[in-house]
Amino acid sequence: MTPLLQVNGITKRYGARVGCADVSFDLWPGEVMGIVGESGSGKSTLLNCLAGHLDPDAGEVLFDTRAEGPKDTVTMAEPERRMLSRTDWAFVHQNPRDGLRMGVSAGGNVGERLMAVGARNYGEIRGNALDWLGRVEIAGDRVDDRPSAFSGGMQQRLQIARNLVTGPRLVFMDEPTGGLDVSVQARLLDLLRGLVRELGLSAIIVTHDLAVVRLLADRLMVMKSGHVVEQGLTDQVLDDPQHGYTQLLVSSVLQV
Amino acid sequence: MSAGRRQERQAGDGGEPSMTEQAYNFAYLDEQTKRMIRRALLKALAIPGYQVPFASREMPMPYGWGTGGVQVSAAVLTPEDRMKVIDQGADDTTNAVSIRKFFERTAGVATTERTPEATVIQTRHRIPEAPLTENQILVYQVPIPEPLRFLEPRETETRKMHALEEYGLMHVKLYEDIARHGHIATAYAYPVKVEGRYVMDPSPIPKFDNPKIAGCPAIQLYGAGREQRIYAVPPWTAAESLDFEDHPFEASKADHPCALCGAEDSYLDEVIIDDTGGRMFVCSDTDYCRARREAGHTGAMGAPYETEAQA
Ligand SMILES: [Zn+2]
Repeated sequence: MTPLLQVNGITKRYGARVGCADVSFDLWPGEVMGIVGESGSGKSTLLNCLAGHLDPDAGEVLFDTRAEGPKDTVTMAEPERRMLSRTDWAFVHQNPRDGLRMGVSAGGNVGERLMAVGARNYGEIRGNALDWLGRVEIAGDRVDDRPSAFSGGMQQRLQIARNLVTGPRLVFMDEPTGGLDVSVQARLLDLLRGLVRELGLSAIIVTHDLAVVRLLADRLMVMKSGHVVEQGLTDQVLDDPQHGYTQLLVSSVLQV
Repeated sequence: MSAGRRQERQAGDGGEPSMTEQAYNFAYLDEQTKRMIRRALLKALAIPGYQVPFASREMPMPYGWGTGGVQVSAAVLTPEDRMKVIDQGADDTTNAVSIRKFFERTAGVATTERTPEATVIQTRHRIPEAPLTENQILVYQVPIPEPLRFLEPRETETRKMHALEEYGLMHVKLYEDIARHGHIATAYAYPVKVEGRYVMDPSPIPKFDNPKIAGCPAIQLYGAGREQRIYAVPPWTAAESLDFEDHPFEASKADHPCALCGAEDSYLDEVIIDDTGGRMFVCSDTDYCRARREAGHTGAMGAPYETEAQA
């Protein structure tokens, strides 16, 4: 089997400051990788390098494309990378406003990726949108409402539906539960866990919240000051942390 | 598109030029500006539907009057041309009359209201009903050239979307239409895909006119003055109106014959005729209507043409 994603030596600097340094890992199909660390640890920089939003200064990100097998998305031509990001990739932003079109109905938001890859039957697009609204627990009668009329939790669920509707093979999530009330977070986590299991999603989730990775991630990377200080199976890392920094994180001394 | 042949009186070879029409170059714009616009036009014709930036000039009229169209017309006019200007199909609105007078004065070209006799037709919001020919140029006045702006205001992004043919957003707009109104309610500026490649805003013509863009023998040029864009559809070019399989494009119009000439195939304006709410539907293309009445066609409320002329 080929890893879905092979990350080799990804490095990003901002002038003299290190964003992330020499990060390497493999992500296997159906696997969820959690990346944890405090703010400023480089985890978001890393995620944006992996998802093609930032150009890394060094390293490669080999994605197992359908047509040609593993290809470096860092050096890939922009049209191909943009095509990936609206078909095989999905990106869930922390702030749903960054991932939704606020002036477009919920149905239009979910349908956009379908239309972007050539869906031209209104009835089918709408049917798909309704199906996905149901899956993320949004009532069908909200399909024509704009996201601005939704609560924060609903907006985030809508963003997830919009991303998953084309059956992406890899989902990037940046603090998907950040900015939500604790009770809303719990519901969203349950929903995400259900979708991950049901769809066999491969995902990379960046978060500062250990509860999120405990529930969702098979494997865990701990980052500090741009470097990976520890990685392994989630339960192993959380229950028996080896690195001093991870121990602090787990003992919640550093909980943000 | 040969250069104007009337010579510009050079400032400096006899003091200040007087503020008569002789102070202007042929068709107002100087030759260098016209060359710049013609280069943009050639590029636009070479890449049908692609928006070419150009350095729009101040014109002695407000932007809302179609300065983009005026500059394009100025760049393509020759002294032998016969010009027609229409506004919403009519030759006699203030806007149409002013632009026609502008070119009569600055270019000295002949003008006409008869579509078949015109060689250059500048239009706002309509395509004439009479079939156009290979000997004609249709110049559209365009307020907003970017069809993607409705959902994506960032120009850096829309440019990329055109370059990469990422046109899913256009269908999101149509989806929203159907979700809200039960059908595609977009009635004007209905987007077309030109020659299977670039999606283009055909300017605010009624969608009834969209099929006339496709396979048209005339050259179609689009000028947006404020936004400094030129685009074009060369003769005999495909232009497909976007739609859904289960909501196909329809070139709709009011379901009436023209009350004056009886035409059933022309785009109609609804006109209020008295203060008790009486109304009638008449051709929006006034020249088409007149020509039909001249040829003896009469609608339900139209007197025969000769009688009308004598009244
Ligand atoms: Zn008529």
